[in-house]
Amino acid sequence: MAAENIDIELRLLLDAIYLKYHYDFRGYAAASLKRRLTNAPGRFGCQTLSQLQDKVLHEPAAFPALLSLLTVPVSEMFRDPSYFRSLREKVVPLLRTYPSLKVWAAGCSTGEEVYSLAILLHEEGLLERTLIYATDINPQSLQKAAAGVYAVDRIAGFTENHRKSGGRTSLSDYYTAAYGRAVFDKSFRRRIVFSDHSLATDSVFAEVQLVSCRNVLIYFNGDLQNRAVGLFRDALCRKGFLGIGMKESLRFSPHAQAFVELVYEDRIFQKRNEP
Amino acid sequence: MRDVEALQGRIDAIAIGTSAGGVEALSILLPALPAGLRASVFIVLHLPRERPSLLAEIFTPKCALKVKEAEDKMRVEPGTVYFAPPDYHLLLDGGPQLALSIDELVHFSRPSIDVLFESAADIYGERLMGIILTGANDDGAAGLAAIHRAGGVTIVQEPDSAQVPLMVLAALRRTAADFVLPLEGIAGLLQALASTEPRTQNTSSKSE
Repeated sequence: MAAENIDIELRLLLDAIYLKYHYDFRGYAAASLKRRLTNAPGRFGCQTLSQLQDKVLHEPAAFPALLSLLTVPVSEMFRDPSYFRSLREKVVPLLRTYPSLKVWAAGCSTGEEVYSLAILLHEEGLLERTLIYATDINPQSLQKAAAGVYAVDRIAGFTENHRKSGGRTSLSDYYTAAYGRAVFDKSFRRRIVFSDHSLATDSVFAEVQLVSCRNVLIYFNGDLQNRAVGLFRDALCRKGFLGIGMKESLRFSPHAQAFVELVYEDRIFQKRNEP
Repeated sequence: MRDVEALQGRIDAIAIGTSAGGVEALSILLPALPAGLRASVFIVLHLPRERPSLLAEIFTPKCALKVKEAEDKMRVEPGTVYFAPPDYHLLLDGGPQLALSIDELVHFSRPSIDVLFESAADIYGERLMGIILTGANDDGAAGLAAIHRAGGVTIVQEPDSAQVPLMVLAALRRTAADFVLPLEGIAGLLQALASTEPRTQNTSSKSE
């Protein structure tokens, strides 16, 4: 059956990508991965996933496009305003007690969430003593994130979200609009380190007070989710904070016991004090 | 296939898609689902994305079955209704368990009926029933076709009885549905599915 073949071809393709390029999608949730790859062969002029596998093995130039398809960056600024409102009201007061701060935006994609965090910390007077690590596996996404340039037609939605999140001023204070694009203030860049990091294959690189990783875990299967949550636990200082997506959960991970719920409805957790 | 009796004991999952007029249609259909229904029920109802969904709260008191908003990695339970959360696609993954994604909109919609139906067809195959109800765009037409291709059962609300018939007409253009029925007829069919489970319970003579 064709459907049966697709499962075999998919697995072989992911193995090939891992062996050749060391990107590990083998622990990604199958349903979304399959959907993203449904039309992939056609886009690369192939009939099947097997032919696509042949192509990416022998034509490295074709790989970045496939990587972008596999990591489909979908993000917006201040997505779920109540999450950012809770960060502001429940987490920031505790972050203020640290003389210097490190924040990890894991799976930052094209940067919308990173700038949201930076703006929030700036508005709360904390950005000057904060370093934000923004990591992703897709170098093209990281490049876009570092540029901080977004289409102007998306800004109205961002502005509305920012206002609902408890934004202290207008979002327009933070960007310059020209030629249909909004360029976010370069001063934010000085507080952000953009870096290539895989939750599937890399390890912890710093101790941080806050990890924000939203709508990344939904793309992972149980084992990979567990690996990622373990990295967050290890990266966080005692009593550090973890924010995940509004429909994500820690309860399927054995590492959940390392955390207590701080604001459950916004999926903000705090690492326990004990080791 | 068009014989209800042939479906008895065969359906593990029911996927329902609807948009405009959907709350009213589901208010007729869901309360009609009997407590003995073994199948799990997955629903995509297009709603304004920024509003928190109260669907589970609204339907819980009206239904004999458990009603939940879908969460990522939730294990699928029999006899339970799952609503896709606003602004997330709902998919079925191996297990079966629920999966969510924020991939791009499909037919201007997230959640999208096509996304749910296609992934559910992949997991459940011929043990899936897909139902398209009232709605104002053509999301769901490709998904229902996928369910049909996988050997599942396809049901479309009779266009004349739909508050907004665009969605059901689009589905019927793609797929010659196994059943085209008004809401009451669909409700009756789902009740018939449950009334015979377990199968040994039913020794009633064939009607007609």
